[in-house]
Amino acid sequence: MNLAFHGTSDDKPRLPGSLHVNRMLSQWLEFSAEGFVTARPGKVELGQGILTALSQIVAEELDVSPGRVRLLPATTGQSPNEAVTSGSMSVQESGMALRHAAADARGIFLSVISQRSGVSPEDISVEDGAFIGPAGPLGSYWELAGQGLLEAEASPDARPKPAAARRLVGTSQPRLDLPAKIFAAGRFIHDMRLPGMLHARMIRPPASGATLIDVAPSTARLVRDGSFLAVLAPTEAEAETAAQRLRPQWSPGTGLPIDTEAWLRHAPGEDSVVEACGETAAASISREFHRPYFTHASVGLCCAVALWNGDTVQVWSHTQGPYNLRADLAKALGLPPENVTVTHAEGAGCYGHNGADDVALDAALCARAAPGTPIRALWTRAEELAHGPQSPAMLVRVEATTDAAGMITHWASHVRSNGHSGRPGRGAVATLLAAPWLADGQPMPASINPPVAGGGGAQRNAIPVYAFPNLHVGLTRISDMPIRTSALRGLGALINVWSIESVMDELAAQAGQDAVEYRLRHLTDPRARAVLEKAAEMAGWPGGAQGGGMGVAVARYKNLGAWCAVVARVEAEERVRCRQLWIAADMGEVINPDGAINQLEGGALHGVSVALHEQTRHDGSRIISDSWGEYPVLRFADVPAVTTALIARPEEPPLGAGEASMAPAIAAIGGGIFSALGVRPTRLPFVPENL
Amino acid sequence: MSFSLNGAEVTLPGGSSLLLALREHGLNGPRLGCGEEACGACHVLVDGVSVPTCALPVEAVAGKAVITLEGLGNEANPHPLQTAFLAEQAGQCAYCLSGIMISAAGLLAREPRPSEAMVRAALQPHLCRCHSHNRILRAVMRAIA
Repeated sequence: MNLAFHGTSDDKPRLPGSLHVNRMLSQWLEFSAEGFVTARPGKVELGQGILTALSQIVAEELDVSPGRVRLLPATTGQSPNEAVTSGSMSVQESGMALRHAAADARGIFLSVISQRSGVSPEDISVEDGAFIGPAGPLGSYWELAGQGLLEAEASPDARPKPAAARRLVGTSQPRLDLPAKIFAAGRFIHDMRLPGMLHARMIRPPASGATLIDVAPSTARLVRDGSFLAVLAPTEAEAETAAQRLRPQWSPGTGLPIDTEAWLRHAPGEDSVVEACGETAAASISREFHRPYFTHASVGLCCAVALWNGDTVQVWSHTQGPYNLRADLAKALGLPPENVTVTHAEGAGCYGHNGADDVALDAALCARAAPGTPIRALWTRAEELAHGPQSPAMLVRVEATTDAAGMITHWASHVRSNGHSGRPGRGAVATLLAAPWLADGQPMPASINPPVAGGGGAQRNAIPVYAFPNLHVGLTRISDMPIRTSALRGLGALINVWSIESVMDELAAQAGQDAVEYRLRHLTDPRARAVLEKAAEMAGWPGGAQGGGMGVAVARYKNLGAWCAVVARVEAEERVRCRQLWIAADMGEVINPDGAINQLEGGALHGVSVALHEQTRHDGSRIISDSWGEYPVLRFADVPAVTTALIARPEEPPLGAGEASMAPAIAAIGGGIFSALGVRPTRLPFVPENL
Repeated sequence: MSFSLNGAEVTLPGGSSLLLALREHGLNGPRLGCGEEACGACHVLVDGVSVPTCALPVEAVAGKAVITLEGLGNEANPHPLQTAFLAEQAGQCAYCLSGIMISAAGLLAREPRPSEAMVRAALQPHLCRCHSHNRILRAVMRAIA
């Protein structure tokens, strides 16, 4: 979901992806006399392998070997503003921009070399950056570097290679960043060590809504602004000890709704219609589905480094959106945005809007109190699990009507949830964790839902992939936000796909039809049919020989992205285990198949973890699931076997891989549980107390 | 506190966890993930046994031999596990891989031909939230093949 690219209503010729709003070729590419080309994407490496895919695209279009492509981490003021690395949009937005820019750059260099040499462009080929004419070499990118040839707006007339001509794109290439991480070369932001650096640890309110009354003087160096409290020390160990020894006085908290499900059902909010066509009818089936809050729970801890200098601040961050973060840092710190520089540095795995942006403000606040001294701020495990943004709890009601043959004639659903996006950089008020706590802070704005055209938030995938003649989908965005919520992989799709597929299973059973056959009877989208048929074939649907229960699900992510079908085999004894997953996906053009499969499998297993383990719990005052013991996730012993097939469509636009499989995996496990136990789950996670 | 670190004798100040002492010493391999010995990111080999270091006092390794990811191998001379993890592209963000390769190395040192079930059991203390578990299992099996 990348709002920067919606509603752009200028009169300039349309350019692909983020190139449309960052039109200068020199913003994206720079050749060096030493034989390298530097690409400067605004999207960032989150562990998903995007830098590798982008380097393939650049090398392909320029006709240079991949080793000549260097990628700079995104930094504000220098990199193109590509808003947020999110929504499985990076190949579409950054990749297609770089593809077009590189094709245009190649054309410009070819034209210059042709004019200088008198050799017609048709008679010149490009081999690893050298331009070769009938009589031999005519020049190279490197020889013409530094002549300002890329100081031009990209031309809409540039023509990237046709799919059939691609040699590097579409092949599995190893991750560029992996060796440094396998050999502990210090590539993570956590490994940054600047001269004189101090370590910061924060002390958080012990209850939601509590404010800092007083803190006794400490031997440690304290940083305080309103209810923001941190300690600074020369070593991490000293900072930890000092933070643990502080005994600040806090006001009582404001409380959290004890019964989340009742709160979801009754809390007031904004109602909207997501989609409506045809008529409504009396429902023949009505079901309600619930999911709890859950959270990112990256293995790494959120970290940032900041250096205050005069009236400027430099921040290193594993943010998903350096420019968006800069905007909110500027608001919270009372600085003009140009006085804040945010440079991306790689962190641990990112699965959505976690605390990366929050800890950047923590670091900047500490740096402001220690000008000239680099500050490294690091969260604790408890902060990760209890203070970072949560994926909101949700309630979804689905009603359907069938005809005499069991075919669905009417479908209605209603989604109740907090907003799924509280990302920084989009509103008048900063949405960073510490911002409301500052002496001049303003209340945290309630999170929003992007429109369906941008992928939606709570309503993501609430519109079924199936062709129903009469359809009504409604949404209530609950106004009050007792727990701060934001985007986590899949957003509302996780419950919406599961609730749709659960009712499809139930109606198939009522009609006495096979679950795959029943779905196919309602599917007109050929690409949805193809992934469903493929997954069923891979799994030997309907299975049965191996024991346990089989479930199936299909969706098109965001109704705009990749198609994905998943079959799950589950076993249910004292608890439910998922033993095997079969995934079939159609993500249009695939840049790096191995990387795409890694993403699809990771997303599906993330779905297994959410389906069977994860829930954020609170005690009415604070979140108590703040350790790995209290917030269990999938571990090796319970990891199912996974088989994945990509349906190749190199001529089609790329559609992203990171999120497409997660919701279908959850839904397929839900179906498998019914098949194994005869119990149809209606509450996530699928743990014994919910079955 | 004196001990052997990746084959060299070192003396590090006491009073902190082994993890923070190692990181203060400049190492990047062991990583902080929780501080409660529950995620595996900080594992090192102590006298050949994979242990978490985030709550282990540095004093506990006095006179012992500590091996971190840096001590397994390097780009010029990689450990077979490092070669296998690259060959299988076994990871996404790779934050967890240091601890995982350490536990796998500890397993292979005592059991050169482990079954996949033994590998899973050895890796049970380790979380991988990018969910590259199956690639990681394949990489360890590849390293022994």
